[in-house]
Amino acid sequence: MSRFLHRRLLLALAAWHCLLALAAWLSPQPPLRQYRDFPSAPPTPIHIQTADGRLSWPYVCALTPHPIDFGVYLEDCQQQFGLRLLTLRPDGQLALLQSEGPERFFLLGTDEFGRDIFSRMLAGGLLSVGTGLGATLVALALASVAGGVAGFYGGFADSALSRTAELLMAAPLLYLLLAVRAALPIQMDPVHAFWIAIAMVSLVGWTRPARLVRGVVLSARTRGYVLASRGFGAGPSHLLRRHILPEALPVLWTQAALLAPQFVLLEVTLGFLGLGLPEPSPSWGSMMASLRQYDTLTSRWWMWSPAVALTISLLLFSGYAQSLEEAAGEQEPTEGTQWDATYSEMEGVTKRQ
Amino acid sequence: MISMRAEPRTLNPLAAVDAASKELLSLLHADLVHIHRPSQRTQAALARDWTVSADGLRYTLRLRRSLRFSDGAPLTADDVVFSFQALLDERTKAPARDLLRIQGRFPTIRKLDADTVELVLPAPYAPAERLFDSLAILPRHKLEATFREGKLLEAWNLTTAPASTAGAGPFRLKEYLPGQRIVLERNPYYWKRDGAGRALPYLDELVVLFMPDQEAEALRFRAGDIHLLSRVSARNFRSLQSGPGSPQRVMTDLGPGLEQHLLFFNLNDVEKRGLSGLRSKRVWMQDPRFRKAISQAIDRQALARLAYQGKATPIVHHVSPGNRLWHVAVGAAPVRNVAAAERELRAMGLVRKGEWLMDGNGSPVEFSIAVNAGNLEQQQMATLVQEDLRGLGIRVTVAPLEFRSLIDRVMRTLDYEAAMLALRDGDVDPTPQMPMLLSTGAMHFWRPGQAAAAFPWEAEIDRLMQAQNSTMDPARRRELYGRVQQLVATELPFIALVSPHTLVGAHRELGNLQPAVLAPHLLDGLDVIFWKNGNGRR
Repeated sequence: MSRFLHRRLLLALAAWHCLLALAAWLSPQPPLRQYRDFPSAPPTPIHIQTADGRLSWPYVCALTPHPIDFGVYLEDCQQQFGLRLLTLRPDGQLALLQSEGPERFFLLGTDEFGRDIFSRMLAGGLLSVGTGLGATLVALALASVAGGVAGFYGGFADSALSRTAELLMAAPLLYLLLAVRAALPIQMDPVHAFWIAIAMVSLVGWTRPARLVRGVVLSARTRGYVLASRGFGAGPSHLLRRHILPEALPVLWTQAALLAPQFVLLEVTLGFLGLGLPEPSPSWGSMMASLRQYDTLTSRWWMWSPAVALTISLLLFSGYAQSLEEAAGEQEPTEGTQWDATYSEMEGVTKRQ
Repeated sequence: MISMRAEPRTLNPLAAVDAASKELLSLLHADLVHIHRPSQRTQAALARDWTVSADGLRYTLRLRRSLRFSDGAPLTADDVVFSFQALLDERTKAPARDLLRIQGRFPTIRKLDADTVELVLPAPYAPAERLFDSLAILPRHKLEATFREGKLLEAWNLTTAPASTAGAGPFRLKEYLPGQRIVLERNPYYWKRDGAGRALPYLDELVVLFMPDQEAEALRFRAGDIHLLSRVSARNFRSLQSGPGSPQRVMTDLGPGLEQHLLFFNLNDVEKRGLSGLRSKRVWMQDPRFRKAISQAIDRQALARLAYQGKATPIVHHVSPGNRLWHVAVGAAPVRNVAAAERELRAMGLVRKGEWLMDGNGSPVEFSIAVNAGNLEQQQMATLVQEDLRGLGIRVTVAPLEFRSLIDRVMRTLDYEAAMLALRDGDVDPTPQMPMLLSTGAMHFWRPGQAAAAFPWEAEIDRLMQAQNSTMDPARRRELYGRVQQLVATELPFIALVSPHTLVGAHRELGNLQPAVLAPHLLDGLDVIFWKNGNGRR
């Protein structure tokens, strides 16, 4: 049962990410384009019935802004525009869903600049989740090197790396990030900003997995087959690569499932505070920043879309991490190794997190 | 029941520097001459009338008869002389002392008889009678002892018992609960009377709640817990106007207020300071044609419509149309004109290669706009400007910064390319603008710390501003200040964008409201406000 669920969750997670990755190219509108005549427009209603009650191919009606009331739009169903699947946008990009005629079809409404929320949510998801996954990879790579060196060599290297990690873990994460961000130059193009976001998040995130890797390496380096390999003349780098670090792989895998959502959330927090990717690049965090306004929070429900997408992402990740944990619990203990001890230590850490 | 954004820090008018203390104290104390907020003109308050000598240096003020402080003690010319002496005495160290410094020197005051005082200015100062506004007349019998000890600034702090304070304002302090509220009660000795001879104020009691958050304040107003709301955001204004309970509220749009949002470039000679990144950009940033092109390319109507939901007015210089006494219209209303902007840029030798605009050295024309991270509307405007300038091939980065760090970059380190700031005018007169407009002024934000004017037009603005300040003829002053506005609109030391409207709200049952674009918007007329349905309770 658990293995079945585990597979299903992995599949759902992969599908969700594929959707985000692909849909950025399949957005109905260019995510940066401002339709300034349509600020804060609610989702465009899609009709499937004609005026005389017959079923028809889905269509949208022409929209015109209300002459006085801001954010109110009048539908004129005298002009109807059919929806088309997989068409080319005027800028040459492929669009999953488009309306005929003027581009006034907003599946999830628009923000205060008249930008299409649905397209921005997908593009923003790619950036937010991309940053989270990128930072996870970098953090785990850093953790493997630091943990490997600390555990294998011990002595000064161990003390230096362990104390650095403890120092970073003791510092309040958000303030650390704010300080790093304040020290960076104010002018940054979005590509640099993306890599800097990854660097910043992974810089503070490598410590916990590094401690776990160190523990695994510490126990693995005195095992029989490692000692045998050393007896045959293997050098430290060969020992680490071939015999010791592979032991840490399950630890890294679970850590990846745990860290990725944390890092996505961290990127979203930075964006929410206005310290993430600069405008106009969409990110879930910066899109959610306008929810701080009471009026937006209560009367523009479509502005919640990035929050819903974020919740789905985080639930999938946490479900997967949990299923990994359960899978580990189901495994039969192997006699004569300390692997289980390490694993339960890891589980302890997992639970504390 | 009203609210304030912060708790006051003091009950002493001489020590007050924060907005909350000043607002509260304006209800507890009175001044000799008062600026009537709705008309923006001065009117007699504790002084019955006043005369000015021909050279503009001597002000003779006659007090009203039988004035009393809120403890019943009489208010005489001795109290007026004491108040000015206390404020001007160096030992007091009153922060407001510098407001009275005219060309480096201070005025002197003397008593002529029991009801008359004479103030002598060290030099002609055109808006002198406006200086009297908000200068509280203090009770000598309560404060003279502490003044003699040189400890006046420490008197009347937040722990002082209400009975030991007194003022001549419409209300007096009844109770202060730190962190919760301040309760004021009607001052039975207040000097003002209504047309029928009935003593003001009408309200028996006023409760002031502290609400640091604008959203929380709007929520309490919506719920009916607060009855007056100054400074409503455009967003909240819409929902309060039409949302649930709206028949209980009157929401008023007073039109453009006294706040102006500006975009400006770093015009400093940066190579002196070693900021190399800015050096190559200086060539085009200091060219007025470049600033003109930027100004023409910005869609100010869209800024007003999208960032302020239509509750803002496009402007072309630093004097908002809300300043009814001094605003001079320069040219037609600003309209986006991309073709004209492109012509200006071509004339400068900036040409478009592919998607982006390039300067003579083949480097892209790009810059960052630093904005206040705490101001959502400003960030939105920067995003709209970014999109507008993309149409010209100029790549703009928006950099939200914490406010103090933004000011530090603009005024001290000069490490920025362009920035957005909001100017908030406390008064409508041109003279308080001198620190900003004079090339050597302390608030000359586009080139701070200058020894002399760097451009001919800066020297001309200096001359015009000095001239208007020493002229007593209002028509001549208006003409001179009109030329300053013209120069600002054509030379563009900063690009004026929009002036947000002053939006206020009040309970429908409150009568005699006198909302004004001048701060404190609604609170100034509290002495005449009354409940239509009852007899004066809160």
